[in-house]
Formats: sequence, C-alpha cells, structure tokens
Amino acid sequence: MSASLSVALTGNPNTGKSTIFNELTGARQKIGNWPGVTVDKKVGYVRHNDKDIMIVDLPGTYSINARSPEEKIVIDYLLTTHTDLVVDVVDSSNIERNLYLTLQLLEQGIPLIIDLNMQDEAEKRGIKIDVKKLEAYLGYPVLLTIARDGKSLKNMLNVFTSISMEGYGASPQLKAHIARVHEIEAEVQDEKERQARLIELRYEFIDSILQEAVEFSHVGTSTSEKIDKVLANGVLAIPAFLAIMYAVFQITFEWIGQPIADALDEFIAGDVTDAVSGALESMEVADWMQSLVLDGIVGGVGSVIVFVPLIFILFFCLSFLDGTGYMARVAFVMDPIMRRAGLTGKGVMPLMMGFGCGVPSIMGARALDSEKDRMLSIMAAPFLTCGAKLPIMALFAAMFFPDNAANVVFAMYVVGVVMAIVSTKLLSHTTFKDDNSTFLLELPPYRMPDMKTVLLETWDKGKGYLVKAGTIIFLGCVIIWFLGAFNGEGMVEDMSESFLASIGAAVGALFTFHGFGTWEAGAAAISGILAKESVVSTIGILYGLPDVSAEAEDAIETAEAMLQTGMGSAFTPLSALAFMVFSQLYTPCVTALGTIKKEAGSWKWMIFAAVYMFVLAWVVSLLVYQVGSLLGF
Amino acid sequence: MTLKDGKTGMVLRVDSIAESGLKERLMTMGLLPGTKISVLRSAPLGDPMAIGLRSYHLAIRRKDAANIQVSQV
Repeated sequence: MSASLSVALTGNPNTGKSTIFNELTGARQKIGNWPGVTVDKKVGYVRHNDKDIMIVDLPGTYSINARSPEEKIVIDYLLTTHTDLVVDVVDSSNIERNLYLTLQLLEQGIPLIIDLNMQDEAEKRGIKIDVKKLEAYLGYPVLLTIARDGKSLKNMLNVFTSISMEGYGASPQLKAHIARVHEIEAEVQDEKERQARLIELRYEFIDSILQEAVEFSHVGTSTSEKIDKVLANGVLAIPAFLAIMYAVFQITFEWIGQPIADALDEFIAGDVTDAVSGALESMEVADWMQSLVLDGIVGGVGSVIVFVPLIFILFFCLSFLDGTGYMARVAFVMDPIMRRAGLTGKGVMPLMMGFGCGVPSIMGARALDSEKDRMLSIMAAPFLTCGAKLPIMALFAAMFFPDNAANVVFAMYVVGVVMAIVSTKLLSHTTFKDDNSTFLLELPPYRMPDMKTVLLETWDKGKGYLVKAGTIIFLGCVIIWFLGAFNGEGMVEDMSESFLASIGAAVGALFTFHGFGTWEAGAAAISGILAKESVVSTIGILYGLPDVSAEAEDAIETAEAMLQTGMGSAFTPLSALAFMVFSQLYTPCVTALGTIKKEAGSWKWMIFAAVYMFVLAWVVSLLVYQVGSLLGF
Repeated sequence: MTLKDGKTGMVLRVDSIAESGLKERLMTMGLLPGTKISVLRSAPLGDPMAIGLRSYHLAIRRKDAANIQVSQV
C-alpha cells in the first residue's frame, strides 16, 4: 500500500503509545525487525478521509542519547527518514518526566504533535494541563487523547489528515532554551559534565513549563498504591506472585488450554487422519507415500499443532498481565532472589515462559538491560522443563517409578531449575563476566489492559508455532520418517534395519556408561533435537507402540502397555532416571536453537549452546547412573 | 545519608549523585540534585526499593541507591 501520509509515533514506555498504534491500525500491521538488532519494527496502515496513512510505532524510550539500540533507532529514524508527522505520545499523569524526551526531540529541530494521552488518569490524580498555554509555551500543537476512547482516536486521525505543520515553530521560550543548550555544548568540554549540565537545564525548562501550564492538586493515595501495598510489599508479595502464576498455569494446562488441545488432538488423530487416508486410498497412492503422509506428516505435524492452543493461551495470560503493569512488580519482587542466581528480576517473566516453551522464553530476554543479563537468560531458559519435555518425564516416571511418579516428575523440574542456576553461575564467572548488571525499572500504575493490544501481541508471539509446525517440524517429520523407513538398499519392513537404527546405534554408543546405550534411545535423543515432542513418539514407534499419547493424564495407561514391550527390559529404574535427566538438560530443539541464533546474534552462540548443553547433560546423566550404581540402586 | 538507608515513608531531597554507570540514566529519569523523592516500600528481602519522584514510581537496587546522597526534608 502506498501511503499518502506518513506518521511516526514516539514516546516513553508505558504511555499507551502501543495501544494508540494498535487501536488505530488494528490488524493491518507488519511486524519486522530493525536492521541488525532484535527490536521490533512495527508499521501499520489506516485509511481516513480518503488518505492512506502509514504509521510507524517507534520503540518506547526515555531519551534519545543513543545509549541503547532503541534510542539509536528512534533518533536515526527521525533524523534520516522523511516523515510527514511526528507524534510524541505523553502520559499526562506523568508529564514531568515524559516532557524530557519531548524537549530533546524539539532541540533536534523535529516538529512534533504533542499528544497528551491518558487524560482520564491525569484527572483522577489531580493533574490539570492547560492545552492552549502549553501550545503557546512550546510553539507546537497539543492534542488530548484517551487511548481506548474511539472518539478521541478519531479526532486524532482528523488532526493527522488536516493539520499543516507549516504554521508551527519554536516559541521564543523554546528558542532561548535551545540557545542555552548550544552554549553549554560549546562551553563544557568534559562529556560527563556536559551531559549532566544539559539534563539539569532540560528539567529546569520543564519546571517552567509546569509552572505555566500545569496545575497539580493534591489527591489521596491512588488505587495503584493500594494494590501495591499487597502485591509488591514485603513478604506477602511472594505468595501473591506464586498464586497468580499458579492461576496462569491452571488456565493454560487445566481449565482452558488443555481441553482445547485434547479436542484438537482427537480431531487430528481421528477425523483428519481418516479423511486423509481415505483420500489417499481413493487416489491409489503408493504405499510408501501413504506412510509418509500419514505416519510422517499428519502424525508429526499434528503432535505440534496440538500444542498451539496451550501456547496461545499462555501468551494471552502473560500479555494480559503485562498490560496491567503487574510484570514490573514481578521483576521488582523477584529481583533479590534472581540476583542470587546471577540473573536479574526482569528475567523472571521470560524464564517463567520457559516452563511453557523455550522459544518465547529466549525471545523474552531481549527486554533485559545488559548484554550479560540477556545472554545469561538465553542460556538458562533451555534447561527448564518445557511443555514438550513433560511427556517424556511423565512416561518414564509412570513406567519405572509407578509408586512415586509425581515426585519423580517434580524432581525433574527441580533438576532443570538447579542446572539453570548452576549453569548461570558458571557462565557468569567464566564467559560473560565483564558487564556490570544494573536494575532501574519504572513501576507504571496498574491499568486495565487494552484487549486489542493483548490479542495482537498474543497472535504475534503465538503464530511462530504455526510457522514452526509448517516448516521445521514438517521437514523434521519427513526426515525421521525417511530415516526410519529406508536403508541403503531401499525401503525396510523392520525399522531396526533402517538408517535410523544405524545412526541411533552410533549415538547410543555414547551412552554405554549411562545404562541406556541402545539404538532406540540414541534415535529418540536425535529426534528430540528436532522437537522434544518427538522423543516419546519415536520411542513409541521404535518399541512397536505407535499410539503413544503425549497427554500426561494417559501416562499410566500408556506406561502399563509400554512395560509389556521391549522397553520394559531396555531400561532399569536407574538408567531410566539417567535418561530423564539427560532429556531434561541436553541440546534444545532446532526451533530453540534457531531462536538462540537470532537473539544472541551469531552462529557461534547457537553452536556453543548446542554443544555446551549436550556435554553438561552427558556429564550429569553419567554421574546419576554411576553414582546410583555405586550406591547399589 | 544515602538513599540506600532510606526507610519506608521517608521524604528525601537529593543532594548529589556520585559518578557511576547509572548516573546519566538516573538523571534522565528525572532524579537530579534538588529532586524530592519519597521511599515507598521494599521488595521482600529488603532490596530493591521503590521510590516515588515527579509523579511516577521507580525501582532501584540499594547498591545503586548508595550512590545517591540525600537529606531528610
């Protein structure tokens, strides 16, 4: 779409800027990356008064000192890209600090439309802004909005299509301020002192703006304050956090997500499989082709599609919580605990997602402040028990520890968390020791999240799974199927003569001293690198029980059936435990590896993660087996 | 005293900020010599602390707060 009007949105974080962007453009958005960095580039389109408007949502920043990738993007974009209108979204209830960015932009000679957003909140907090006076004092147009109010957004679009910035320019006061900025820049040689002087000068000017155009009247304790007295205060904060997280996991894995997933599973295993096999038969397709499509593609891709509802529900809950402002409190409350593990409070949320899936968990690390924090968080996430590892644990625990299954599964979660901490400590003392981590975090007022924003975010994060199912998993299934069905001489009847068996045997040899050096275990481990979901399904196929369900609830039934197969004698309880520990810790799946490559910015880190985690898992699992044997288990 | 020793409920004025990697960011966020801040609360283990300034709230670690000289108002 060629746009006849281009608009850039800029402003501080937590100003409702993204809500404005989402409400204005809806689903007509393109989300990509700014070149060279992992910062989302959001561009949206809207048609209004016969004009096609292109809106760019620049990253939220507190300043434009180009100290962070986000700040650099904002200032580079505004100085080098022609944009018809630049809108500075200001949180009216927090106008003092918000005006800092406004002022920096005006000093750069960027003509702004100043949008005083969150009018309703400012009023509640006793802050009254005189629009006319503010306009006169700065010389630039000022707009009032409430981001979720359709009328005020329509008015905003009307302003976009009708305004001419020609008639505006710096006021005498602003000109005088800018002149003083230039004086300081010329006078003060020392960079640090110059910055300090400039910041002081800007806040002095902001004080004069406030005196001229803003009235503060004292109001009592805000609702946010009252909520924080419970959710972010003293010892009560931790049980509150655990309760909220418990609710999120219940919603995802019990109340809403799992029932949908079960229904979908039934649909794919039943109706879809029947329909496809019927169609293939009526077309008289060759047997190998039927096997490829049914066993390989429908079975394999289906096992991933089943996870999609869980992932969407989980992301929905987390986006919702993020929209309320609670996530900032989680970071605040958990910081002391996370810091002892070598991480930062801001890393809690991304890591929590790791119990659902490592991919969003690794992606979430981009919100952290320092390179060190980001890398440590990326390297810790894959150790956690993601949704796809859970079936492995559930199956093995039910088979070999029938009396203690739940405890053994729980112990595997603990193994994951402990290894994440140990590994973080290890890496922060060896590989990523330089950077000094800091923690400075705005605690925005609690707000009712904007549903459109929550849904768009959920879709944006969750659609990665659909893409994954359609690409990597699809390919992986075809490859595994091929390796399992062929050898050098052609198609095989017995899988133990296939390529997969030969490769599995080679890999299995690595685990001779782990108690599970069989080709079946080796093949399962390889398929787990494609997707952890495949470990259980591969084992099922190899031991001749193709209908192994990935559902945790069915594990006991499945376990009883599995014990009757060769698997019952292939593992002892101790070697099963060693296999579980290995599965918990070893090389993440290819999707996670691809995400590490993207987020850490190099192949080097991806290969490092793959090898490092494999070695760590190999060693820990060996210790489990050997120490266990010595102790006589 | 420094902000590190701030107790919940105290209202303080910033006297000076020692040089550190965080100084410029703190100042950009509106924490300057002369700024009035109130200590709101602490996280469960006493650290970090939440402070209020210029009509918004900010979380800061006590280690970093030790760089901020304050006096009680």
